[in-house]
Amino acid sequence: MSLAQKYPNEVNQILAKYPPEHKRSAVMPLLYLAQREEGYVTKDALKDIAQMLDITETDVASIVGFYSLYHDHKAGKYRMQVCTDLPCALRGADKFLADLCGNLGIQVGETTPDGLVTLEAVTCLAACDKAPMFQTQGPDGIQYHENMTVDKTLELIEALKSAGKEVK
Amino acid sequence: MAHVLLRHRDIPNLNQLDVYQKNGGFEAFKKAITAMKPNEVTDVVKASGLRGRGGAGFPTGMKWSFIDNKNWPHYVVANADESEPGTFKDREIMESNPFQFLEGLAIASYAVGANAAYIYLRGEFWQVAALLDEKIADMEKAGLLGEKLFGSDYSLKIYTHLGAGAYICGEETALLESIEGKRGQPRIRPPFPPAYGLYGKPTIVNNVETFTNVPLILANGAEWYKSMGTPDSAGVKIFSLSGRVKKPGNYELPFGTTFRELVYNYGGGILDDRPVKAIMPAGASSSLIVVDDKALDTPMDYASVRTLGADLGSASVIVIDDTVSIDWVINKTIHFFKHESCGKCTPCREGNHWMMHLTERIHSGEGSQNDVSLLLNVAKQMQGKCLCALGEFATMAVVTGIERFPQDFQKAVKA
Ligand SMILES: Cc1cc2nc3c(=O)[nH]c(=O)nc-3n(C[C@H](O)[C@H](O)[C@H](O)COP(=O)(O)O)c2cc1C
Ligand code: SF4
Ligand code: FES
Repeated sequence: MSLAQKYPNEVNQILAKYPPEHKRSAVMPLLYLAQREEGYVTKDALKDIAQMLDITETDVASIVGFYSLYHDHKAGKYRMQVCTDLPCALRGADKFLADLCGNLGIQVGETTPDGLVTLEAVTCLAACDKAPMFQTQGPDGIQYHENMTVDKTLELIEALKSAGKEVK
Repeated sequence: MAHVLLRHRDIPNLNQLDVYQKNGGFEAFKKAITAMKPNEVTDVVKASGLRGRGGAGFPTGMKWSFIDNKNWPHYVVANADESEPGTFKDREIMESNPFQFLEGLAIASYAVGANAAYIYLRGEFWQVAALLDEKIADMEKAGLLGEKLFGSDYSLKIYTHLGAGAYICGEETALLESIEGKRGQPRIRPPFPPAYGLYGKPTIVNNVETFTNVPLILANGAEWYKSMGTPDSAGVKIFSLSGRVKKPGNYELPFGTTFRELVYNYGGGILDDRPVKAIMPAGASSSLIVVDDKALDTPMDYASVRTLGADLGSASVIVIDDTVSIDWVINKTIHFFKHESCGKCTPCREGNHWMMHLTERIHSGEGSQNDVSLLLNVAKQMQGKCLCALGEFATMAVVTGIERFPQDFQKAVKA
């Protein structure tokens, strides 16, 4: 099913933001919509968006490649992106991430065996006074988690696990 | 002193439209539309001495006066990309005092004759964008956005646009490319956005904090604004304080407040009461200031910070104490810039690649004094050769780190 069929209201709202002769501007919001369910942009979605905006599939793919919040492959249901940039690192972010890896038994870039969480290290998220911190990128968008500890993070992961069960 | 920008810290629930209006909100916008010509609004902003808060400090009123009135339509764009490591002020404004920002954006749009304004937020500000969408809808319902505002012929719509994780999109021409649905790579300038901006039309780009100053400047006058700060740097600034201080956070202070006051009075001093070793006043793009008594007593305004061999930039003050080695610091900053270089021009793309290689080696203890010299050389070779300021920014901490803290590099390398 195409995006326009699946999310007609949202697609119309997105297109209405830009002058009709510049509808290419809608590519970024449409890509967010496209990766909402699978967590990445599928081949079909590339084609769909390209057709909707009268641009080539290569154009759309180059946008996906350029921006780090678009993904072209599947990962865990939630990407847990820990900031390890300078200000956070001055407040213990590297140790936090290492401890978290130890607790989850995975390395940075890997996914927990149940497919729930992929752990990533990222650059500054504009929350440097609340380190250690990370964002989760998942089906419900992007959420910030600030002033975190490993214990609080493990609790959050448990909560994400049970939230998934309720939906299913 | 009462806050000018972070007014939500003085007035509870200021993020609600009725509360904002009860506290004078949208009176300035109404006054502009009903009692002032667009260029009169620009003249007040010019007279106030307001300078851009996104980093470059360009005079705001002067920028607005550059808008090309022979080419239409016009656009105004709010830069809410806020991706400089150590910067977290625009997020607090948008989350907690959103209407003052939106009112400033609306006044700017009126001043330059734009009927559409875009807010470009970094993609990570997904929740902030959703909140702004709600606030924009509140304004539409209240007749503060839309057609024929306050009985005039002036109409305005405001839209949010989310980026998707690319620091370079904070550079204003890359940002415009990104709204146009392209990869966020800087344009060759001139022409500058007031002549050739979004969709090739005259466009004013300002930082969120810059806009947030405007309603109170219009309400209280240019002289009131100039009575705060220093002659060179009028008004107040939000300092984002981070790193090895006890109380990191945003502090709104008049320009000219000293580093010592910020770090010790507001920031509560250094963790474990260690001595300060270095300060980066403009985030990861900053030169490293060697901290001694003279540096601590230097007023934070554009001109004074320059006497310390650094720029104030966006006033993202990262504090480094004596437990931290500078070779580690520049390894972090180069990681950032290597990741964020957009790849359009060779000196920046290749230079960052090499600098990362070298800082990794030096930091891991495998480097030699030759590697340090080579690193310094690569950084200096990049300077003046890059298409946009990112390439330049990448070299600042490297060059000043090696030149001002040589002992840290001597310790880091193999004998
Ligand atoms: C690499 C790079 C990143 C930038 N990032 C930002 C940013 O995140 N926010 C911002 O307001 N300005 C940023 N700027 C500055 C903008 O290009 C532009 O000067 C600014 O938005 C103008 O607004 P102002 O005059 O109100 O400061 C950046 C510049 C460069 C070169
Ligand atoms: S200096 Fe770097 S970020 Fe700027 S255009 Fe060149 S490659 Fe891109
Ligand atoms: S450095 Fe981590 S949020 Fe800024």
